[in-house]
Amino acid sequence: MSSGKKRKKLGGERLQHIIDLCKSVEERNLDPFIVDVDDVIAVVREYFPEWELPEEFCLDAEAIHQLASVIKLQSDWVRHRSTSLYTDPFLLEEKIRRAGREEFANIFLKAWRPIVELEQISPHSLAEAIKYWQALLPLSERWLKTGSLKMEAGTAGREELIRQRILAETVFSEELELFWEELKQRVGEEGEIHYWDFVGAETYPETLRRAYMVSFLVTYGYATLEVHRLEEEMFLKPFEKPKSMVGKEQLVSVPISVSFEEWRSWKEGKRD
Amino acid sequence: MKRKSYYARKIKRAAHLLFYRRHKKPGVKGWELKKRLGSDYPKVVNILDDYLEKLDLTIKTVFEGEKPAEKPTLDELNKARFYITLRGGLTPKETKLCGWRIDDIAGLAISISYIISKKGKAPREEVEDLLRDKLPGWRVDINMNRYIRSGYLAEDENKQLYLDWRTRAEVDQNVLVDLLLGAES
Repeated sequence: MSSGKKRKKLGGERLQHIIDLCKSVEERNLDPFIVDVDDVIAVVREYFPEWELPEEFCLDAEAIHQLASVIKLQSDWVRHRSTSLYTDPFLLEEKIRRAGREEFANIFLKAWRPIVELEQISPHSLAEAIKYWQALLPLSERWLKTGSLKMEAGTAGREELIRQRILAETVFSEELELFWEELKQRVGEEGEIHYWDFVGAETYPETLRRAYMVSFLVTYGYATLEVHRLEEEMFLKPFEKPKSMVGKEQLVSVPISVSFEEWRSWKEGKRD
Repeated sequence: MKRKSYYARKIKRAAHLLFYRRHKKPGVKGWELKKRLGSDYPKVVNILDDYLEKLDLTIKTVFEGEKPAEKPTLDELNKARFYITLRGGLTPKETKLCGWRIDDIAGLAISISYIISKKGKAPREEVEDLLRDKLPGWRVDINMNRYIRSGYLAEDENKQLYLDWRTRAEVDQNVLVDLLLGAES
């Protein structure tokens, strides 16, 4: 390798070293004065006549740019130290070590404003507490109620877990698909069904379960809900294939009350 | 007259909210005051503050981050915590009424000042060494735990101490540093 090339290579390495140093000062919040600006400028100036290629000039410009960032940090540091906000930690530490206990306490009292709080029981809260106490069962009775039954350890099968409602009989997605099929059959040729005619069941808990399932049918795009505001009626329309509504149109939440009274009036209306 | 009674009612409610502790920490968040007193709660707080001046008390607002340089926005106030504190200082004799010995206060002052001098974070061991210089060793540990329990200092898993919520609410850090630097010793 010729001496010119060797020099170029060395210059490139030194510039890269300067760039890395400046970057680490900026990123790791190090003392900006560890960078000797005069030294860096001397290096940049020394190798500048060697550069010929655009990449070499870019490296040179990058070094100058990073150096400028460090100079800005140095300037900020000087500005901060010259303001009244800055306190020299060494001076402060020295004062802490030298001050006497009493002197220190007295200084602190001038800067300390303790929080003021009240603690007081009111006749109202006392009366409430007495009421609670009177209604409270003795521990011996409470423990009787919550006492656990002694059981032999054993195994439980899937059927047993389903019976105890720990496991569902079918997974939710399967149940939803079945429900969708039922809706498609019930709408017939009209293509829609009155909301209550589909949701309503013999018992109120079952009606609630069906309303809950319908909400998922609509949310997951298996069906849509048509609201006729003037007539105050709602119809369910199943889709042939599930549609994803998200991102395609504005989704609207429709709160539907499925109260016990509504269920009863629907049932009575059905009987009539 | 109607307006006057409207504010009188709100001031009473604000005083109850601020004086009685309802959560683990004392004080009330701005949004809680807004919920209980209405959106004009900053005005109610100001009127109550004027009233409390006669009793040498004040309502201190501690913002989530740095104290805003200009008039705080409603959003900043909603996120801030409001406390009632003394307006003036305590005399050394009065500190006994708060259950603090002069040693306890000096220890707290040294711990807070040292943490400030270390830019807000210092190892517990260093602070304890500093206290051991002037306090018996058995007392240092008890006191340090008390400062942490009361919310003046917080300690992380690396045994680093920080200033906690009560110091931010009760101690004027700039005044403390100025007084300390101006001390003769």
